[in-house]
Amino acid sequence: MKHLMSGNEAAARGAYEAGLKVGAAYPGTPSTEIFEELPKYKGELYCEWAPNEKVAAEVAYGASIAGVRSLTAMKHVGVNVAADPIFTAAYNGVGGGFVIVSGDDPSMHSSQNEQDNRYYARAAKLACVEPSDSQECKDFMKYAYDISEKFDVPVLFRMTTRVCHSKSLVEFGEREEHQPPEYKRNAAKFVSTPANAYRNHAKLEANLRLLEEYANTCPLNRVEMNGTKIGVVTASIAYQYAKEAFPEDTSFLKLGLTNPMPMELVKDFASKVDKLYVIEELEPFMEEQIKAAGIECVGKDLIGNMYELNPELVKSRVFGEQTEFRNVPVQAVPRPPALCPGCPHRGLFYVLSKKKDYVICGDIGCYTLGASAPLSAMDSCVCMGGGFSVAQGMSKAFEMMGDTKHKIFGVLGDSTFFHSGMTGAAEIIYNNGSVIPVVLDNSITGMTGQQDNPGSGETLMGDPAPVLRIEDILRAYGYENIFIVDPRDLAAVQKAVDDALASEAPAAIITRRPCLLLKKVKQEIGLCKVDTDKCRSCRSCLKVGCPAVFFKDGKATIDATLCIGCTVCAQVCPFDAIERV
Amino acid sequence: MSEVKSILLVGVGGQGTILVSKLLTAGLIKAGYDVKMSEVHGMAQRGGSVSTQVRFGEKVYSPIIGRGQADIMVAFEKMEAVRYAEFLKPGATAVINDYEIVPMSVATGAMDYPQGTIEAMKQEFNVISLNAGQIAQELGNPRCMNVVLFGAMVRALGMDHIDWEEVLRENLKPSILDINLKAFNAYK
Repeated sequence: MKHLMSGNEAAARGAYEAGLKVGAAYPGTPSTEIFEELPKYKGELYCEWAPNEKVAAEVAYGASIAGVRSLTAMKHVGVNVAADPIFTAAYNGVGGGFVIVSGDDPSMHSSQNEQDNRYYARAAKLACVEPSDSQECKDFMKYAYDISEKFDVPVLFRMTTRVCHSKSLVEFGEREEHQPPEYKRNAAKFVSTPANAYRNHAKLEANLRLLEEYANTCPLNRVEMNGTKIGVVTASIAYQYAKEAFPEDTSFLKLGLTNPMPMELVKDFASKVDKLYVIEELEPFMEEQIKAAGIECVGKDLIGNMYELNPELVKSRVFGEQTEFRNVPVQAVPRPPALCPGCPHRGLFYVLSKKKDYVICGDIGCYTLGASAPLSAMDSCVCMGGGFSVAQGMSKAFEMMGDTKHKIFGVLGDSTFFHSGMTGAAEIIYNNGSVIPVVLDNSITGMTGQQDNPGSGETLMGDPAPVLRIEDILRAYGYENIFIVDPRDLAAVQKAVDDALASEAPAAIITRRPCLLLKKVKQEIGLCKVDTDKCRSCRSCLKVGCPAVFFKDGKATIDATLCIGCTVCAQVCPFDAIERV
Repeated sequence: MSEVKSILLVGVGGQGTILVSKLLTAGLIKAGYDVKMSEVHGMAQRGGSVSTQVRFGEKVYSPIIGRGQADIMVAFEKMEAVRYAEFLKPGATAVINDYEIVPMSVATGAMDYPQGTIEAMKQEFNVISLNAGQIAQELGNPRCMNVVLFGAMVRALGMDHIDWEEVLRENLKPSILDINLKAFNAYK
């Protein structure tokens, strides 16, 4: 029987079948669901959410050193965070097979950039495996573990949004148990002193040469000969697009193991066709290497190196054949994502949006949406955990410029605080900063769909966990005045902001209310209504940026199917025209 | 290439397109087709514009389509029909819910909700428009609006060889089955 599965679900199934014992990850779109799937196999494997990707990679690598097959998964920018242990793990090599999933996001559906992480495989000297549908996600995962152990290298299992989140049919296999030998210390391999690293580097290079030989013959790389006129070298989801865009007599070299590149195989394939194309999403990772090997080919000049592809784009860019389509004479207005109705983050951003001299350094999470109009309450958002430290840099710059007018806030969430915001909070204290750190604590990792974190009281496997209290951590750092408020109470938020700014001693703010989508917390759902006789059409309520509040026939209106009765709009109405009913 | 059919579901995050694509793919798999489906997660789901693509046939390669490739569209919200119109084959069918969700730019008065969306779609496509929200309301549960649209779509696509009522029975909890069977058959 075949199962309709996303690539993420299939990759998890593949890891399970490959005998995975220990995994650790940090959630990030498009990779999150891999680890959400794994607790299904509780009893046969163990997995956890780590505070960030670096920690996750270290935990998984530790399990590999101990001898078991291990897994870590993260979005593409997470690999930037985890790069340190990953680069050295390549030199050391593995104990049990070690697989690192990178979820790349061409077109930035849910990301701040579209970096092509295959370059990490080259830079860190990892094997790179790229599946192109769900069945391959499952099957290639098993190969990835075999490759990792046979060639003593970590494997970068590179997926993209459309591989992660598209669903296709998958046939299951049985789980293979791998009983590792009894643990024995191997310091020369796993203690990366300069002397050991010196030797390990040579070992790694030798292993990569063997791996390249294997790549030329391995079942992950296959030739589909259909004719000699056109040949296409392709990998990942681009294979699916090329199969539809090119004529039926096109031959394909479909690569599943793309680092090291199987150059003998490419040469042989190229010699059998008149014209060679390289079809890959994002950067010319394969094309540049193929060209460097002296093989003539066409790729990025036609295809481009930005945004995701699809069959129609490949066809029009390669052959200039435009698929017929129609536009209609009416234009849709933009519909960007927004903070949910009743979102606890709204109160803080509304208060901060009122003062033009507030500088707000944001972070990655739902609260990035505080940057959207009409709240428009954000000056910067760079990366996970950067909110506090970027704010510190800005405040020091203002100090040097003699600017005392601007007040600087660093704003991030609870999960982000544990991820890498804590170091920024230490930075501000250590270097006598004037930033007010604000933690928007909604008790969960929200944007990626409700994953637990060190502050939420539960583990990925569903076991109870101690709750790390953000205020205790901040207090231990030296924040003497910590203002904890319910962000739904605008007057309280305003007072906390004013008090924090007035505080002589280091001060911080925590806004605390669980995410509304959090199923384990029962929240009282109500409804706000507009008294149209009292409404003077001043539009103050629209400034809170709630999707449930809009104007109809010149008066404020609240969509009863969306409103949950948080009363933030009612609190800003100068005429008391909105009431919770 | 053997014929592959492409279905495009568009709407606003939270409107229940996921359930429809689940029912749709379950029926297609039962009928023995190769099926691929693609949806978006994460940031875009927070009240933003969303699209789901379902493709089926003897052998399907790409899970997504480009412009001019969809055989049918189901728009859960009428402005979204216009946004994704270019993905439809010229003259293809569009099942459009005559239902309006106001985006933030319109709510704040910065922009106007476009008028004449359904009429504009009619100029280029075979449009079936229905007020699925009202139909669902009359049935007694506004939440089954998505299944009203689902029923309209499978009839428009001519997929009567699949026993969709059985698919509903196999995929829905007994407590919500009856109302959804009614919703499925509400628009003919």
